[in-house]
Amino acid sequence: MPPARWKILETDDTVKSPSPALTMKAAVLIQRWYRRYMARLEMRRRYTWNIFQSIEYAGEQDQLQLSSFFSFMLDNFTQLTGNGSDLISQLLDPVVDPWLDREICYNLIPVPESYTGPRLSFPLSVSDTNALLSAFKEQQTLHARYVLQLLYETKKLLKQMPNIIHLSTSYTNEITICGDLHGRLDDLLLIFYKNGLPSAETPYVFNGDFVDRGKKSMEVVSLLFAYLLLYPDYMHLNRGNHEDHIMNLRYGFTKEVMQKYKTHGREILQLFQDVFSLLPVATVIDGKILIVHGGISDQTDLDFLSSIERHKVKSALRFPRRSLEQLDIGHSCKRMRSTAGSRPSSHSKNQLSMPYTINVLQVPYLDSLSSVPPPPPPPQHDREWRQVVDILWSDPKPQEGCSPNTFRGGGCYFGPDVTRRLLLRHGLQLLIRSHECKQEGYEFCHGGQVITIFSASNYYEEGSNRGAYIKVGRELVPRFYQYQVSRTTRKLTLTQRVRVAEGSALKALKEKLFTHRSELLSSLQQYDQNNTGCVSVSDWAQAFESVLRLDLPWRTLRPHLARLAPDGSVDYQSCFEDMEPGIPLAQVTPNMAETLFRYRTDIEIIFNIIDKDHSGLISIEEFRHTWRLFSAHLGVDVDDRAVDDLARSIDFNKDGSIDFTEFLEAFRVVHKLDNKEQLNGKTAGGKCS
Amino acid sequence: MMEDKQSAGPCASTTKPVVADVHKKITAAFTAFDYESNNTVDVREIGTIIYSLGCFPTQADLHDIIAEVEEDNTGFIALDKFLPVMTKVLLEHKFPPIPEDQLLQAFEVLDKEKKGYLVPEVLTHYLTQEGELFTQEEMDEMLTAFTDHQKNLVYYKDLISQLAADPGI
Repeated sequence: MPPARWKILETDDTVKSPSPALTMKAAVLIQRWYRRYMARLEMRRRYTWNIFQSIEYAGEQDQLQLSSFFSFMLDNFTQLTGNGSDLISQLLDPVVDPWLDREICYNLIPVPESYTGPRLSFPLSVSDTNALLSAFKEQQTLHARYVLQLLYETKKLLKQMPNIIHLSTSYTNEITICGDLHGRLDDLLLIFYKNGLPSAETPYVFNGDFVDRGKKSMEVVSLLFAYLLLYPDYMHLNRGNHEDHIMNLRYGFTKEVMQKYKTHGREILQLFQDVFSLLPVATVIDGKILIVHGGISDQTDLDFLSSIERHKVKSALRFPRRSLEQLDIGHSCKRMRSTAGSRPSSHSKNQLSMPYTINVLQVPYLDSLSSVPPPPPPPQHDREWRQVVDILWSDPKPQEGCSPNTFRGGGCYFGPDVTRRLLLRHGLQLLIRSHECKQEGYEFCHGGQVITIFSASNYYEEGSNRGAYIKVGRELVPRFYQYQVSRTTRKLTLTQRVRVAEGSALKALKEKLFTHRSELLSSLQQYDQNNTGCVSVSDWAQAFESVLRLDLPWRTLRPHLARLAPDGSVDYQSCFEDMEPGIPLAQVTPNMAETLFRYRTDIEIIFNIIDKDHSGLISIEEFRHTWRLFSAHLGVDVDDRAVDDLARSIDFNKDGSIDFTEFLEAFRVVHKLDNKEQLNGKTAGGKCS
Repeated sequence: MMEDKQSAGPCASTTKPVVADVHKKITAAFTAFDYESNNTVDVREIGTIIYSLGCFPTQADLHDIIAEVEEDNTGFIALDKFLPVMTKVLLEHKFPPIPEDQLLQAFEVLDKEKKGYLVPEVLTHYLTQEGELFTQEEMDEMLTAFTDHQKNLVYYKDLISQLAADPGI
């Protein structure tokens, strides 16, 4: 029945009402159109998601490469020149500076009168945590002295904690469980706002990955540690795979700390290293719900895990020597195809006349030879390392069984049978983990025995996903609460959000194309023997899939990446015309350029390590040396003279040192469309990192 | 979006659809929703998949297809059943697109006075009570996206151009 006021309209004789049949037909038509539109929008959202995930996972494969390079450098450090080796060994295998274990590390640091940020007094009280909250909301930075004191006190507290924390719901109200935050302060503040600040009434478990990627890792982790000190019985933190100083080198936390704390950054990072390794690795609620950051493996043994010295596993990426063998970098798994020689695997031969051996997996150790199969049962510290890494790095998979997670470089893919067995063995009923971004902020798998909870909304891009947290009470039934932080004041429609996310994903994807250009072209040319510049859509998709090894719907994406020729085939050169290098450098050969583009992040990290005093400058000799090592490790053919020419050409001041920030700027991929849009006064949509 | 070059000769663009290509297209759309990598999708995603392949079925049409391919009320659809059925649909152009002007006429049926807009309540009444009823969620999303919030009216010509402008996947 239409509402009363329409009766008035319908009795208006000047307009004739349409017949009911016509009305119905009209309604069906509109509904049909609209549903189709929404379905296509959903499809775009799906493949945007696929792009982000694939690139993220591929990036983690790069991480494996970098880690093996670090290990290689360290194992060969006697062959490096003086400065580099001390730095590297200090950063990778640090000896704790005894200075940092005493209160002097912080109480000698003066805090100037002009400092208007929070002045914490220990032991902390609610007014201190409130002060932190307000300060961070107003973009203030906590003074280094208080950071160090906070970390010092946190370290003291964590030393007293066991590896696995046991909680009970009988003394508290519901327990709130949050997943990855990755330096997203807004999400943390939103959770506190919606759910309440940590207290006896509102206990929390934060399941790891507090830092890296987001820009406010310092603030997030400071708040979490402050609440931990304030309410050690109601605030619980699990370690994540990003609570690891080597991961921090690559994924942004180290950089953030050094930028915010120019004088004391080093000490702060050293203390973080200790604190991170002292974080408990698991939490159990009522003996029934197990909470860990990544997951489990078929080797996971909670009793053994309780007994180990967890702080000895400083980084998952500093492999115990023997375990390096077990990692087969070229191993194919769910998302990878076997290497077709496009990426140098561990088996690649040394193509250069370099004085170093580059094959990491065959570096001879002082105490044993690596290439003896099968390895004897691993010694104690390897087992400990493995237990911790499995907990922090594993991912669930739908198929039964347990296979090494070569994608991430550590941990396993564990199937529903592994879950079942572990839960049964320890009398548990549920596994809650994080580690993977989910569109709705949470996801069930393994027949409801595993929940993934992820608390960083808009992780890939504005609108990409929601964040969520779980509340669980005495009945142990999880309830989910979702949210999404909105960065713009204007509310975006679904269409706009999809468009922004899509734009960002496609940009990231195009950068991949650009940095793999020569391999893509040579693969495409195999399908184009007559050099017409065109290949069929199938061949195009095939070439891209095999070179980039990203599991994406290439045919669906084709319209965004390449133009068609009049006959319906793909004009493949059109894939690369949208992008160009930042500043063209004449001395750089195409091969070298591509390597620099592709490994830009990694090279930056290495430079940062070598640059002891954070001046942004390294000596030409160090540059040359590092570059040669890195390319030798990658198996890239680089002319010695080309490196020298390059080094000399970027020493703009001719003073023997290189400003590597400037150098790296040249190898940032620039999107031509961005420049055009900026010229036209529009803002380019979406960020790319 | 990259603009394809215009076809040169008279018959240059009309290539006969090769069945293999159609299969690939369908498979690609299907696997986007195959979360467990076992060549099945949840039956609730089938509509999205079919729409994304360029078809314009009604809900009734969708129900017919689902009845044909669903695995005995399991809630899942297997690729090997879906593929032949969908291939036939595509090759026979079974659910061709509805031209934009028909959509405009449909709105004008509802907007008898041809004012060019509809009040949200009126639109809600028609779409949630008539035809293949919208759920409350669908109605809310449509109104959020397409109502002129200052005037609280739905200018349907704008709506139509948005729906029609959606780039082909």
